[in-house]
Amino acid sequence: MTVAHDSRAQRALETVAAWLLAVLWALPLLYAAWAAFHDSGDSARFDLAAPLTWKNFVYVWGAAPFPTYFLNTFLLVTLIIVVQFTLSTLAGYAFARFRFPGRDLMFVLVLLQLMIMPDVLIVENYRTLNAMGLIDTIVAIGMPYFGSAFGIFLMRQTFKAIPRELDDAARIEGAGSLLTLWKVYVPLAKPVYLAYGLVSVSYHWNNFLWPLIVTNSVSSRPLTVGLQIFSSGDQGIDWSIITAATLLSAGPLLVAFLLFQRQFVQSFLRAGIR
Amino acid sequence: MNDRNAANDDLASPWVGWGLFLPAAAFLAVFTYYPALATLYHSFFSNEKAGRPARFVGLDNYAAMIDDPIFWQALKNNGWFALGTIPASIALAIVMALLVNRALPGRALVRMSYFAPTILAMVAVANIWLFIFAPQIGLMNQIVGALGGMPHNWLGQPDTALASVTAVAIWKEAGFFMIFYLAALQNMPANLAEAAAIEGASRWYYFWKVTFPLLMPTTLFVLVNAVVNAFRMVDHIIIMTKGGPDNATMLLLYYVYETGFKYWDTTYAAAMSMVLLVILAVVAVGQFVILDRRTHYR
Amino acid sequence: MKRTFRSLMIAATAVAAVAAALPARAVEISFYYPVAVSGPLTKIIEGLAADFEKANPDIKVKPVYSGNYGETLAKALTANKSGQPPQVAVLVASDALTLIDEDAVVAVDDFVKTPSDKAWLSGFFPAFMMNGRYEGKTYGVPFQRSTQVLYWNKAAFRDAGLDPSKPPQNWEELVEFGKKLTVRDASGQVTRWGLLVPSGVTSHWFLQGFTTPNKAVLTNEAGTETFLAGAGVVESLQYWVDLSRKHKVMPEGIIDTGTAPKEFIEGRAAMMHHSTGNLTNVKNNAKFEFGVAMLPARKGRGSATGGGSIYIFKKSSPEQREAAFKFVKWMTSAEQAARWSIETGYVAPRQDAWDLPVMKKYAQDFPPAAVALEQLPFCVAEFSTHDGPRTTKALEDAIEAAITGNKTPQKALTDAQAEATRILRTWKK
Repeated sequence: MTVAHDSRAQRALETVAAWLLAVLWALPLLYAAWAAFHDSGDSARFDLAAPLTWKNFVYVWGAAPFPTYFLNTFLLVTLIIVVQFTLSTLAGYAFARFRFPGRDLMFVLVLLQLMIMPDVLIVENYRTLNAMGLIDTIVAIGMPYFGSAFGIFLMRQTFKAIPRELDDAARIEGAGSLLTLWKVYVPLAKPVYLAYGLVSVSYHWNNFLWPLIVTNSVSSRPLTVGLQIFSSGDQGIDWSIITAATLLSAGPLLVAFLLFQRQFVQSFLRAGIR
Repeated sequence: MNDRNAANDDLASPWVGWGLFLPAAAFLAVFTYYPALATLYHSFFSNEKAGRPARFVGLDNYAAMIDDPIFWQALKNNGWFALGTIPASIALAIVMALLVNRALPGRALVRMSYFAPTILAMVAVANIWLFIFAPQIGLMNQIVGALGGMPHNWLGQPDTALASVTAVAIWKEAGFFMIFYLAALQNMPANLAEAAAIEGASRWYYFWKVTFPLLMPTTLFVLVNAVVNAFRMVDHIIIMTKGGPDNATMLLLYYVYETGFKYWDTTYAAAMSMVLLVILAVVAVGQFVILDRRTHYR
Repeated sequence: MKRTFRSLMIAATAVAAVAAALPARAVEISFYYPVAVSGPLTKIIEGLAADFEKANPDIKVKPVYSGNYGETLAKALTANKSGQPPQVAVLVASDALTLIDEDAVVAVDDFVKTPSDKAWLSGFFPAFMMNGRYEGKTYGVPFQRSTQVLYWNKAAFRDAGLDPSKPPQNWEELVEFGKKLTVRDASGQVTRWGLLVPSGVTSHWFLQGFTTPNKAVLTNEAGTETFLAGAGVVESLQYWVDLSRKHKVMPEGIIDTGTAPKEFIEGRAAMMHHSTGNLTNVKNNAKFEFGVAMLPARKGRGSATGGGSIYIFKKSSPEQREAAFKFVKWMTSAEQAARWSIETGYVAPRQDAWDLPVMKKYAQDFPPAAVALEQLPFCVAEFSTHDGPRTTKALEDAIEAAITGNKTPQKALTDAQAEATRILRTWKK
């Protein structure tokens, strides 16, 4: 959407501005990388001759059960994605294509949840999960998020946009509602699922407060809580170690984004989220 | 919302719709609506301790809240925090989207740089920024010193602490909103731009009169996220300042967390949670009503 | 019929006999521990747990690493509320009242039966027992205790023309030395500060580093009353504030507790008040010769004790509690206490640990380790009341307000005293 009579100077200026902003934005990460790859003593100074080292990462990997934390986080986001997709798809379909008593009221209530995040209700949710005996499990971390207003809203909008002729075509073939959902709606909504999935994974991979409250032991602890527990000595913080731990735990997502950057952005574009 | 073809709906019994909605509804009910009501209920009781069971105290917790200077400080701080993060991150997001939307040498790298903070956990980000803000050895003071300014104790002085944590939040959020704006920009019809060019419209004029209004739906969506985040984001407080110094960075949700899980005064925490819920609900209604009127849909 | 019955009985008896002869299933206890100093402590704890299991094959110990002290307390109490607390946990010694009020822990006295048990319980330094006792019983057993000491950079002292073997002995000398040690560059920016006294987390403990030499008392023994606005306390806070605002030997604003040791190690400050728990960190990372001394005196000497004690939780089976007691007793007996002290720099909390040859040699090779011991007779309990987290916050808010110049020490402490009185009003009998 460039306007035709852009002057060369203007474009050059914009390029410089874009780059300056990019460097500014990347500075914290670059700083962290500097500290992580250098010895503790060299971390705060910028002596280019100072030797690079892997030892911080080695130490971090051995000092806390990061492999377990990785596994827990992976299981957690997988569980959440699967359940959220299923429930949101069914509910979105119901709102988009079915008439049932109280539907509009229900939709308003769903929209309300968009504003009320589970974080605000930690005390009560803790009580509920305690009563269910699920404290300190991965399932407990995910449960408050299984019902996702964002997901329902997204799927409803997406399904509504699908032309009804496809419905009719499916019915002529003899398909019932659920089969139509599976064969027609779901495939057409793939880009939306991708976008939703990416948003959800990003959110839950990085969720901290609720998992902190609800987990006690290593067997259920996700990466964020593990990282924080690792970094929070009351005395003598060692920045090289902490930045190494930070990069280690952020690594997978960063790499994934590097590799899938184009797809990520494309999926948002195709989903036409507006 | 009129369904042109009602045939589909009539064939299935109305309960199929409910059946499809039920699983999601069940989880929403148990983990959103029930806790909200339970919070309201518990806020009317006193706190349970060894040898002192909880008893009904009516509005006592709310009265204590009104008398609590830390609560008001938290509310005020949250207001400033919201005011600081929301316009700035949205404006930056639009700027970033505009910059990255055109052909740019190294565009992929620039885009990644803007978006990277979003992928990181706030927990990770906060530790890095703690290091950056360290008064003696941190990057911020090194840069400020190099530029000839006075080094500050960014997180350790009340007048700079809130601004510092706000900066961290903006840094984290802007890239995330940028993606949504990028998507919207790419979906804009090219002929609009051509028409404006033919008319001889300036870029600034074009932006304000055409682009920005067309981005309103995105802005609404982003605004919802931004407002919720302004009240939800406390991870950086937990790590960087713990609400200090002297409550300069105390935010409402953090105070709820501290009260509920450090002082174990769960009923007082419930009372404050209610306030948080009401604020979010009011903002939700307000946003939809006000912005809905000004949104141009195609 | 009778035959079948008899064979069945024989078979049953045989099974019972075999079952009785089999070793009993091991009792499992979980152990929450914080890591309050950086270092490979996880491996050491696991090593200790393994050694204990070898000596006690009927007990299995599961160590769980739970973050810093605050996080470990939150985890332990959260777990307690859900009915599944750990059996043993290391928590701050001054958390005892909080744990007792939540009905979470049991008194160790209930398990002390044999003469060796009694000898064990009475072998701890009295200073370290102070925070763990309530109404005559002991709830917290000293494990990784510490006191506050003055670290000083001997090379910096030499540069400033001071005798590197003589640390400041009192408040006047602290200011005097601090001024000589503060180095400013051509533009007036400070490149090295004279002193760092942390005012971040646990600032109340660092305040006690001034109130104790000033002989100012902060609470009553029962933990139901505070005296935060007493003249001695105000004077102490004023002195602390003056160090940065008047004498300019310390940076202004909040000094982060966790980054202070690093700044000392980097040579950004010539002296610092900090926990003995940092000894190993400083020893391993400082590239200069450093010394450790008792805190400067005023009317007297000393500091508050700090660090962690080990607690036995209530909501477990009797077998688990007995097993927990065995573990606690083992972990805090002379050999283990000595081992833990040498590895971490925490102060071994009992005399017989210091009498061990390995400790004697350690103290000889590394004299700073013994400084904390010298200071013990002058030490007081860490600030602790009922509803401790709240009153501590009131006090720390006051410290932060004074340090940042928002309120005068008098006003800040008066407000804190009012707040603390309000918090404690239901506890006064």
